[in-house]
Amino acid sequence: MYHWDFGILWTYRTLLIAGLAYTLLFTVICVVLGLLIGLVTGVGRLSKHRFVTVPLRAYVEVFRCTPVLVQLVWFYYALPVLSGIQISAVAAATLCLSLYGGAFYSEIIRGGIISSDNGQIEAARALGMRKHQILRRIVLPQALKRMVPPLMSQSIMQLKNTSLLSVLAVPDLLYQGQVIAHETYRPLELYTFIAVAYFAVLLPVTMWAKRLEFSAPVSEA
Amino acid sequence: MATPLIEISGLRKSFGGHDVLKGISLQVMRGQVLALIGPSGSGKSTLLRCINLLTIPEAGRITVGDQTIDFDGRRTALPDDRRLARFRASTGMVFQHFNLFSHMTALQNVMEGPLTVLRTPKAQAAAEARSLLDKVGLLERAGVYPDKLSGGQKQRVAIARALAMRPGVMLFDEATSALDPELVDEVLGVIRGLAREGMTMILVTHEIGFARDVADEVIFMRDGVVAESGPPSRVIDQPQNEATRAFLGRFNAGAGSRVA
Repeated sequence: MYHWDFGILWTYRTLLIAGLAYTLLFTVICVVLGLLIGLVTGVGRLSKHRFVTVPLRAYVEVFRCTPVLVQLVWFYYALPVLSGIQISAVAAATLCLSLYGGAFYSEIIRGGIISSDNGQIEAARALGMRKHQILRRIVLPQALKRMVPPLMSQSIMQLKNTSLLSVLAVPDLLYQGQVIAHETYRPLELYTFIAVAYFAVLLPVTMWAKRLEFSAPVSEA
Repeated sequence: MATPLIEISGLRKSFGGHDVLKGISLQVMRGQVLALIGPSGSGKSTLLRCINLLTIPEAGRITVGDQTIDFDGRRTALPDDRRLARFRASTGMVFQHFNLFSHMTALQNVMEGPLTVLRTPKAQAAAEARSLLDKVGLLERAGVYPDKLSGGQKQRVAIARALAMRPGVMLFDEATSALDPELVDEVLGVIRGLAREGMTMILVTHEIGFARDVADEVIFMRDGVVAESGPPSRVIDQPQNEATRAFLGRFNAGAGSRVA
């Protein structure tokens, strides 16, 4: 019978807290950058000009159709060779996860805008509203409401994806846990704690996202 | 003799090589009600949509009030966004499918035009919107979102929303076609009230009995041309044109049982 000893967590609490803080900080940075990239890409893909839409489409498909772990490793090892610019593991990871998230965010944002009700846009035009007024007053408020739940769930994925950073020796929660496990020969306690820590952070977020989904119904008029 | 409020001449429009409007001309005097009737695909909705430029015609001239726009088919000569918006603001449009703004309450829907387009102060816009909702019998539903309104109520809010812009003319595009039969009358009642107040209106409608009641003039359209026009007593009750007779045959046969 395995003898559990969770006291070990207390001994290494500063490292674990630092790891968790790193994970959260990294998530926030990658979500914010990803949303910016996603907004520009999503709106750009609605352009009439093929020289705008084709490269953006290519970017989105490349990131959607390759595993994020492969992307991370490629950004760290292959990109510096190709570009001749040395980048740190943190920079490679930030760039990669932001672009990865941006590809998915852009699809959500594009979909939210396309699914606007044409009838309502027409009614706004009939009132004499200008294009920018229609976008600001009619299209975006409704599109944003529709986009919030999928954007939230994609952001939750972003947080979970940060655990992959450990392969590049970025000191996130998982990496710190691995280091401590090697040192103490207590992997079961550490990986249990890590799983519980991710769960404890994400459960309230998913419940909050669920509430947003229900409190913001967008119905057809 | 007064000049017409709306004057259209030589209006043409085609979609993908198919001519939908083949040179339409008509006039509507201030305070007049014009009903456009005819079979599906005859171009009557397209004609209505051209009057407030939701559809841009290829050729012809449209005058509404003091604004005139000529069309000669060249893309470069099309009016810009600002000009289009100003033109549209002078006409009120009511759609078959209501098209209420789903993220706004009934009151906010009615306030939206004055607030955004006319830059009316909020308190004043709200007061005017309330009196318009009262006029269409929906003041107690002011705080309700569209998804909680019946079809007839939605359409009455849509009418109030269009009226809030104080348009010189109201355009109705099959305003009752999407309604359950028992909800049609409440909407027709509001339109009838507007006619009584002297509102200039153009109605695209399948409610022939209603058209006969409220219209001063009826235009029967077929294949993109005006096949027959005149007062309802002539066009509806004694149609001269073969196509008009065929179209109205069903209605006139059932006139005894369906009195609108």
